[in-house]
Amino acid sequence: MQWETVIGLEIHTQLATRSKIFSGASTAYGADANTQACIIDLGFPGVLPVLNETAVDMALKFGIAVDAEIASRSVFARKNYFYPDLPKGYQISQFELPIVGKGSIGIDLEDGSQKVIGITRAHLEEDAGKSLHEDFHGMSGIDLNRTGTPLLEIVSEPDMRSIKEAVAYARKIHQLVVYLGICDGNMQEGSFRVDANISIRPLGQEAFGTRTELKNINSFRFMERALNYELERQIDLLEGGGEVVQETRLYDADRDETRSMRSKEEANDYRYFPDPDLLPVEISEERLQRARQAMPELPDQKRRRFEADYSLSPADALTMTQSRALADYFEQVVASGADAKMTANWVTVELAGALNKAGLDLSQSPVSPEQLGGLLQRIADNTISGKLAKQVFEAIWNGEGDADSVIEAKGLKQITDSGEIEKIIDEVIAANPKQVEQFRAGKDKLLGFFVGQVMKQTQGKANPGQVNKILVAKLKG
Amino acid sequence: MHSKSIAELGAAMRAGEFTSVELTRHFIDRIDRLNGELNALITATPEQALAEAEAADRAIQSGKAGPLAGIPLVQKDIFCTRGVKTSCGSRMLDNFISPYDATVVERLKQAGAVSLGKANMDEFAMGSSNETSYYGPVRNPWDRDRVPGGSSGGSAAAVAARLAAAATGTDTGGSIRQPAALCGITGLKPTYGRVSRYGMIAFASSLDQAGPMTRSAEDAALMLQAMAGFDARDSTCADQAVDDYTATLNDSLQGVKIGLPREYFGEGLESGVAASIEEAIDLYRQLGAEVVEISLPNTGLAVPTYYVVAPAECSSNLSRFDGVRFGYRCEDPKDLEDLYKRTRGEGFGAEVKRRILIGTYALSAGYYDAYYLKAQKTRHLISDDFKRAFETVDVVMGPTSPTTAFALGEKVDDPVTMYLNDIYTIATNLAGLPGISIPVRAVDGLPVGLQIIGNYFNEGKLLNLAHRYQSETDWHRQTPQGFA
Repeated sequence: MQWETVIGLEIHTQLATRSKIFSGASTAYGADANTQACIIDLGFPGVLPVLNETAVDMALKFGIAVDAEIASRSVFARKNYFYPDLPKGYQISQFELPIVGKGSIGIDLEDGSQKVIGITRAHLEEDAGKSLHEDFHGMSGIDLNRTGTPLLEIVSEPDMRSIKEAVAYARKIHQLVVYLGICDGNMQEGSFRVDANISIRPLGQEAFGTRTELKNINSFRFMERALNYELERQIDLLEGGGEVVQETRLYDADRDETRSMRSKEEANDYRYFPDPDLLPVEISEERLQRARQAMPELPDQKRRRFEADYSLSPADALTMTQSRALADYFEQVVASGADAKMTANWVTVELAGALNKAGLDLSQSPVSPEQLGGLLQRIADNTISGKLAKQVFEAIWNGEGDADSVIEAKGLKQITDSGEIEKIIDEVIAANPKQVEQFRAGKDKLLGFFVGQVMKQTQGKANPGQVNKILVAKLKG
Repeated sequence: MHSKSIAELGAAMRAGEFTSVELTRHFIDRIDRLNGELNALITATPEQALAEAEAADRAIQSGKAGPLAGIPLVQKDIFCTRGVKTSCGSRMLDNFISPYDATVVERLKQAGAVSLGKANMDEFAMGSSNETSYYGPVRNPWDRDRVPGGSSGGSAAAVAARLAAAATGTDTGGSIRQPAALCGITGLKPTYGRVSRYGMIAFASSLDQAGPMTRSAEDAALMLQAMAGFDARDSTCADQAVDDYTATLNDSLQGVKIGLPREYFGEGLESGVAASIEEAIDLYRQLGAEVVEISLPNTGLAVPTYYVVAPAECSSNLSRFDGVRFGYRCEDPKDLEDLYKRTRGEGFGAEVKRRILIGTYALSAGYYDAYYLKAQKTRHLISDDFKRAFETVDVVMGPTSPTTAFALGEKVDDPVTMYLNDIYTIATNLAGLPGISIPVRAVDGLPVGLQIIGNYFNEGKLLNLAHRYQSETDWHRQTPQGFA
């Protein structure tokens, strides 16, 4: 039987506010346990939540970016359940009236086409704390630093029909929230958490199959693996005459498997109701206008602009707009006078390779956009050859100065004086009579040998185009 | 000293007749001698009170005294007070020392008031008789075999017995007004949002409101002036200017329109109480007011609506008492579930558990629409009743409670009868309106309260009507025997 995969994702993004969503405590990651939880986060008797408006602005940015309906009035609700890392015994979330309604986002498929994925909603809520089950000798530790960190939960439609599409969608949302500056995107630290709902159905069937929800996915790689495992499991079950049980399953990266966490029957009744401590969030037309005006250029817009303004190929434009930092870097290199296509190549190959090798982030690059631009100009104006340029790049990387001073100091300036090149070629021809004879007898491949000899004599500085031209003339002549 | 009003005490201290330290010592002494028979206070804080009194004396001498400088009060034990046990009348918080001050506490301190201690109350403010307190019932100073009303019963008894010049209270369904009525004092529940709820332990967040419990309307005006106003820490607190409440106390009542809802004078109202209320209304007629009969047709929905909304909110508000971070924790829990079950089973009393169960049920999947949503709709109907009424009248008047103080133990096993004691007060909480109760002619030596309900933020009008009545009568000056 041929099966069709159906996937929908719920993505929790931690919003990059400085303070928590309902208190003034810091949201910084990595502080000593329980040092960043104030009495409001701790749910002390008598305390009350006050909404952080920056979190609302961030939600608006997201809503505008995915062309969603923005609710002029949204409501915070309490989701009630007991757990030690949930101090109040309820999580403040949004239920019936979320701030961001229906929207959509395009994902790029392998064949170069785009597919539109529906976004059901995105709502604001507070994060819970962390329960630590190791290192406490049979007891559990609780760290409430994370309690009250603002989250935007982005819920997709079940529109993805393959694991590849699901990963592409998750990456696209990741790229977008980082672009918008509303999330740091750090999956290891839990700033971007993906829960995946997956089901299968016989190809052509309209009704959805029974789904399972996968939790604890903290990288795109694990996401792909978890979904693969789960897909196989469901196919095996159905083809073996069994049934998929609706349940939440935990992905165990160490064992690369998913296992049951709780079934539908064990699911909590969260007894949602509007939080009487908070007023409904009213978004005025003016506020929405302000938010629209403050929108940064989005990845897809930037990509189209790069194609148009810099004549980049679609593939290069896609690569150069992968992140805002990369796009900014690219534009700065080009602004300093470099050719766009050449810039794209150098940024993707040399710079990315060097950064990767050194384990550095683009923001930590020892080569500034201006320095790279200077180097690319020297290639373009034939001051140095492409081959020597790599040496120059290395020198800049090592802090030896910008392109011009490195070229000067190392004497790498290309020889373009025809007279000088001719002289060296004459010497090479004179020194290798046997090869000259063979070449003239039709062994064309030997041209490379002569070029190599000339380059050796000039330490690679001779302009390769000129060398070729003169060599051919002399050898044939 | 103890029978003087706040205004009189303030004037006497400024004139140098006595100091706040002397006055505070006097009240501490009365608490020592008399609280035993009333059980009005859970915690007395004499050392702190004297320190605050000394500071107040210095402020008075330097002429920089706040409006309540040196006035000794008691705080209902629902308000968080830094460094002092804040029990909320529950075993659950018997060991809880608050690390912070409620906004109400902070503002009264800033106004110079002295806190004598924390007043007894029904557990988590759930009760109408003060019999649900973990610390035992409060006795009514007018008859020690009777209840003082609730949930602010300790505050009401303390003021009635002159153990403090005034007290704070909170009112979710009548918890300021009903005990004020049963103890013969003045109690004002302000408009929802007039006084900050920050630091006031939540019972039902959409209904809870703090207010003053005093010997007179003038004192209530002085207290409310200090308590009211915007607080950025409470999102539901109104960002609206506070009126000058003492400025309008003596306004003429000529032409003021008083509405008497016929539903507040029907079955269940004791005839003696009815007669006292009629007499008080007659006085208002003499003062120039126009009295008309009105209808609040949805009055019958108030109690059932309240007993869905309030328990629903409380079931969620009280989830934080789980034995994990503060408060009571059961001995040697086996596991997490055992910790929760026994902590909450042992830490909460019967009435609190009953309401948590009702509320949990009302919010459960499959019942939410039938109960919680329905109650929100009937709540609107009740608000609309008042909205229509205030199109034609300035205030609504009637009894605060259908009966005078009932006997201890009389209704404690019959929750529904107990709940019906709040039949006239609950609707104002559901609508968010202000209401005041003032003592009128007593029946068989037991106080009776007249309730005046106003439109939103019309506290000034209520205080004006109350003060004019008190200028003509002396029911508010009566002191129970043994406490004069």
